[in-house]
Amino acid sequence: MSGEGFALELRGITKRFGATAALNDASLAVRSGSLHMLLGENGAGKTTFLNIATGNLQPDTGAILLNGQPVVWRHRADALAAGLSAVYQHFSLVPAMTVAENVALAGPRLGAKYNRREAEDTVRRIANNAGLDLDPAAMVGDLSVAAQQRAEIVKAIARNAPVLMLDEPTAVLSPPDAAQLLRWLRGFVSSGRTVVVITHRIREAMGYGDEVTVLRRGQTALSAPISSTSEQEVVAAILGATDTRPLAFARQHSTAVRQTLRTSVLALHAASVIDAGGARRLRTTSLEVRGGEVVGVAGVEGAGQYQLLRLLAGRISPTSGRVTLPPSVGFVPEDRHRDALIADFSLVENMALRGIEARRGVMPWAHVALQVQSAITAFDVRGGDVRSTASALSGGNQQKFVLARELADAPQALVVENPTRGLDVRASQEILTRVRDSAAAGSAVVMYSSDINELLATADRVVVCFAGEVYETTLDSDAIGRAMVGVR
Amino acid sequence: MPTAVLDGFLEATVRSATPLAFAALGELVAERSGVMNIGLEGAIAAGALAAFLGAQIAGPEIGFVAGGVAGALVTAVFAFFVLALRSQQIIVGAAVSMLGIGLSASIHRAMVSAGESTAPVQPLASLPVPGLSTLPVVGDALFAQPISTYLLYFLFPLTGWVLYHTVFGVALRATGERPLAVVAAGHSAAKIQLAALIFGGVLAGLGGATLVVAQTGTFSDGMSAGRGFIAIAIVALGRWTPRGVVAGVLVFGAVSALQFLAQAMAWNVPYTLVLASPYVLTLAAMAIFRGSRTAPAALGQPLDGGL
Amino acid sequence: MSLLRRLSAGVAPAFVVLAAIAVVALVMMVTGFDPVAAAQAAVRGAVGSEFALFSATLKRTTPLLMLGLAVAVAFRAGVLNIGADGQFLAGAAAACAFGLAVGDAAGRSVLLGALAVGILAGALWAGVAAWLKRRFNVMEVVSTLLLNFVALNLVGFLVRGPLQEPTGAYPASATLLSAARLPLLLDGQRLHVGFVFSVGLAIATWWFFRSTAAGFQIRVTGASRTVAASAGRLDVDGVQMWSLVASGAIAGLAGACEVTGVTYALYEGLSPGYGYTAIATALLGGLNPLGIIMSAALFGALGAGADAMQRDAGVPAEFATVVTALVVLGVLAVPGVMKNWARITGRGEQ
Repeated sequence: MSGEGFALELRGITKRFGATAALNDASLAVRSGSLHMLLGENGAGKTTFLNIATGNLQPDTGAILLNGQPVVWRHRADALAAGLSAVYQHFSLVPAMTVAENVALAGPRLGAKYNRREAEDTVRRIANNAGLDLDPAAMVGDLSVAAQQRAEIVKAIARNAPVLMLDEPTAVLSPPDAAQLLRWLRGFVSSGRTVVVITHRIREAMGYGDEVTVLRRGQTALSAPISSTSEQEVVAAILGATDTRPLAFARQHSTAVRQTLRTSVLALHAASVIDAGGARRLRTTSLEVRGGEVVGVAGVEGAGQYQLLRLLAGRISPTSGRVTLPPSVGFVPEDRHRDALIADFSLVENMALRGIEARRGVMPWAHVALQVQSAITAFDVRGGDVRSTASALSGGNQQKFVLARELADAPQALVVENPTRGLDVRASQEILTRVRDSAAAGSAVVMYSSDINELLATADRVVVCFAGEVYETTLDSDAIGRAMVGVR
Repeated sequence: MPTAVLDGFLEATVRSATPLAFAALGELVAERSGVMNIGLEGAIAAGALAAFLGAQIAGPEIGFVAGGVAGALVTAVFAFFVLALRSQQIIVGAAVSMLGIGLSASIHRAMVSAGESTAPVQPLASLPVPGLSTLPVVGDALFAQPISTYLLYFLFPLTGWVLYHTVFGVALRATGERPLAVVAAGHSAAKIQLAALIFGGVLAGLGGATLVVAQTGTFSDGMSAGRGFIAIAIVALGRWTPRGVVAGVLVFGAVSALQFLAQAMAWNVPYTLVLASPYVLTLAAMAIFRGSRTAPAALGQPLDGGL
Repeated sequence: MSLLRRLSAGVAPAFVVLAAIAVVALVMMVTGFDPVAAAQAAVRGAVGSEFALFSATLKRTTPLLMLGLAVAVAFRAGVLNIGADGQFLAGAAAACAFGLAVGDAAGRSVLLGALAVGILAGALWAGVAAWLKRRFNVMEVVSTLLLNFVALNLVGFLVRGPLQEPTGAYPASATLLSAARLPLLLDGQRLHVGFVFSVGLAIATWWFFRSTAAGFQIRVTGASRTVAASAGRLDVDGVQMWSLVASGAIAGLAGACEVTGVTYALYEGLSPGYGYTAIATALLGGLNPLGIIMSAALFGALGAGADAMQRDAGVPAEFATVVTALVVLGVLAVPGVMKNWARITGRGEQ
């Protein structure tokens, strides 16, 4: 598909990072005035595509066309000037400044004067015209996630760009907020603009989009108007195989049959957490996790699960109340580079991280090396051996290693946070199987996932965090979704 | 306290505060853009030497300007390492300090052994403002100063205006808080930091220059006396605002001027302890006011990823 | 590490030093000095004779090695201790005061007492900065720097007041009696036992980082505070605080050894910028105690050479400071340029 009427086209894009090809002859054609959905799994190449389209990255081969004219962008500023605005997954707002200042920052001329009153009026005008509720004088750091996203959108449309691209805009929103955003985007498109939404949520894409393109492993697997394709076809294009959702297997593979639940292993007794800035992140909560069960945790970003998980893992102390913990709790955090592994250290040194705070005297390096060897074997960690550094392993293998480390001393409890984030399907499956196996062996397991289906496939019961409160819900996707919004 | 002594004390305060004010204002802008420049000390030393040489050749005004140029050059070295090579700011700063101090001392020594004149240069003329300089108490201190001090009276409000009333100022402050947001908006965070650093370097050089052409008239090893580091402390104390920095600089100048007061009033306090008091005071004030909580969020972090 | 990387890691420091010397030679020519004569005088003064080697170079290496270790201990924990000078002076002042106060009264044990007091004083001086950081969140970069000046003025006060030598003519302390002096290693040379202490300390520090839990805790904290807190469950603030105190203790020992081994008296100029040279020493040695032995020897030679250069060839010794500064910049430049080459030359990603 090419020719007239296409606001944005990317043709034959190839992009390599070292030995891996993030994009391999991928294409995208966005019709003017349409709401185009770009779908794909984690790692399919969607964000790379976006970065190339907006001028952050240069493609190795391929062409970009804007309204049929080929363009070359050396910087993001070129794309902005040409009329392509983007709202990224991780907001690029300055928390310590007001909405008006943030919007002014995106203005084209650095030499211009900044008048607070005028800037705020401008933001108010744009927001009202677009039907977005936003206070220009508010400090961005004080806004809710949904409000921050509205600020990002105002920032993007303030330059009147004809093409707007959004990367996973609904990932951080509760279901009603997500629906509201998608309705707004439909309205926006009907006023003549072109919008591209990158998402992994099939239902949302099929429900609101005009056209869909699916990326799989860096290639275009499908490109069609939504009216002429079906959810099944799209799912097949995304997964590339004919088997059903692999996550369901994790539950079936586990062999344990737990007739009677064991004793309580992890417990919160009226615990609450107030952070350094004085904000109440977790309200008074009581929770018990027993040996042998998997408790799933759901919640939108910032709802309190970050604090909940770390309380249960013994990484933070409650501001009030008590936490009962066994002596040994394994913890696999979401951001392994920030919290779990030191990239430049060897696997042996990374293994030794566990339990280091209690060690005294001489380090038993030989013993730790043996632990690493058995971890590599038992958990099928590939790409490295005892002498490698952590950075030599791929993401999936790093995650397996971290899990192996945390389980190395057979802890009575295990807390994992989005353990399959950024992993491909096979690695995800391996991780989830291990998590279930750990519970089957008698550990109390707590797992947070931002993917409800993953939770349903792995957990025995589910609690949902909403605005710092914790509620138990039934194992039902609707119930969980509602609880995430505070509707019970 | 006799009026003459009070007058002298206030005058000494402003005189003492001036080099510090230049350095601190420059560092304020640099730190608001996210860079902590400990190499300031080197820029001050280089500025002092350049001012001395320039004044010898062409008079104090040229010396003053030469000081600014020298400060900019020294800071350019810092900027290269920090912005282009993404090296650790603190370590580069320590090295650049050593470099500036060492180079100026070496060149000065070279001059001395080559038999060059080290006689004091003619200082900048004091320019009393008609009318204002006859005000009681503050007249002499504030309005009978050389042009370097008046330049400060202009630079401080100008800096405030640029920081808070221009889009460039918004971008500069944003660079110190979240450089990613600046890059996402299509600007170059590195270029902004470079501009801020050079501004800081010029001002630090001018501050060093005033040590020579507005105070002693001559250059001596180690005359920067840690002012670069004190400037950093004052920026933190002043909560990274121009007004805070003015207050901090005046307080510090007053404490430094205590030496004058101690002599004039014949206080029986060991000279060296009086010398130590500004540093002790700064430490105490930093503890009391816990400055770093309002620091620009991205201060000291190297820019990563794209420019 | 691949062979190439190992080679470049070993060769790069040497290359950097040579480059620094080349630049300074250029500056010397521009300012009217003869770099060849300077170099000859410098080399003679550093290693040209037994006296040069032992009484100039290695004697100087002693404090530089200890201070380099002190700085490395802090840096490895992620603490920027720029106050080694002040901690050095605190140790020197305490040791000297103790030695003078006890005098003849206790025989040889006064020496041990002086060293112990020096260690404590250095630890305390760094402890002030550590406490300010822990309790009031004061940046240690600024506090350790300011404390340098306070220490300097404190020493100035002491040597003009309570500790001043009997004639009252000089701003220096009285001389320490022989009971309080470190024994010399070789007859006729000024090299003292402190040199052995410093090498022993280097080996001990190397073993500490490599084989002990505490050393590993420090390394982890310095590599990533967040991982240390989350995966390692370490009290990172505590680890950093104690590292700073330990760093000060070593620096204090260095000061105590200098006073009891070299100068036998206290005066303001005791540390000609050793604290900053120590940073260069630590960095050039790759923060590795064994590497620091080499770099300290190098800077010791540089200092001895600079003195000789000034004495014999009339070239200002301050040029050595410039070399030191250039060495630090060079050490930073090598990995910096390698990592950022693509970006600098405009060929890489934006």
